[in-house]
Amino acid sequence: MLQAKIFIRLKPNVLDPQGKAVSNSLHQLGYVKVVETRVSKYIEISFDDDNEQAVEEQVQKICADLLANPNTENFTYTIEKMGTV
Amino acid sequence: MRVSVITFPGSNCDRDTQRAFSERGHTSNLVWHKDRDLQNPDLVVLPGGFSYGDYLRCGSLARFSPIVNEVVAFAESGGLVLGICNGFQILTECDLLPGSLLMNSGLTFICQHQYIRVESANTPFTRNIPAGRVLDIPIAHKEGNFFIDPERLKSLQDNDQIIFRYCDRDGAATSEANPNGSLDNIAGICNIQRNVLGMMPHPERASTEGVVSRDGREIFAAIEDYFDSSR
Repeated sequence: MLQAKIFIRLKPNVLDPQGKAVSNSLHQLGYVKVVETRVSKYIEISFDDDNEQAVEEQVQKICADLLANPNTENFTYTIEKMGTV
Repeated sequence: MRVSVITFPGSNCDRDTQRAFSERGHTSNLVWHKDRDLQNPDLVVLPGGFSYGDYLRCGSLARFSPIVNEVVAFAESGGLVLGICNGFQILTECDLLPGSLLMNSGLTFICQHQYIRVESANTPFTRNIPAGRVLDIPIAHKEGNFFIDPERLKSLQDNDQIIFRYCDRDGAATSEANPNGSLDNIAGICNIQRNVLGMMPHPERASTEGVVSRDGREIFAAIEDYFDSSR
């Protein structure tokens, strides 16, 4: 079993109103050195497959086809072996 | 005119939209998203709502409904497609329209009357409505903040594809009159062929008897005018 850990991030030039609201709240809590907050999506997908290259090809396509919107988002991922239970 | 209104799981403006057209004397059908037959329409409407619960991104999962392949083929063959609110989001996600609808800059769901300015009469949806005309059409959304990269924004501007802008009562498209942070106050755009229009405001909520504004009727009348002239 392999697991993909996928981060979907807003592109740097896209405003993130959620991140801005979190920054404001952190300032109110006294974290005055906080400069910027960006809120992202984190997605885990597990595969019944041990072939890392095959899984990576699929993850790349899954991200490009569905999980990320190419207009506004970038994606990165890592692929890891899942621990046996 | 034959109008097909698509019902996705989570659509909630489909019946209002169907009624807005049937009250005007049109054959207005609801088409279930798992169907593969558009029922020979003159106009397809993707209505407002929360298709697939807005999971992942608003509108992103609707494109996997079987009927959407038919909608795309209909649009590509020149058929009229109108996307309202969630329908606009779906049209951007299936690449019939450029850009994306992001979370409102104020982070809240906004439900209010909204003035919008008609920017171009050069679409079947705004035919004979003079540019500059101000309409009062309600909005109700949390993800209506239109975003597009600078090059493609310029392309929308240069090709007269911005059809509605948020404005004040006097028609000024100021930042104060922009409810959701949309780039360039954009409330609605069309594709380059001008047969597909997406808009965040709800004309079907401003058309029937007994509501505060009936300015949505101008948009429906424009579509009828186009339809009559093209027969």
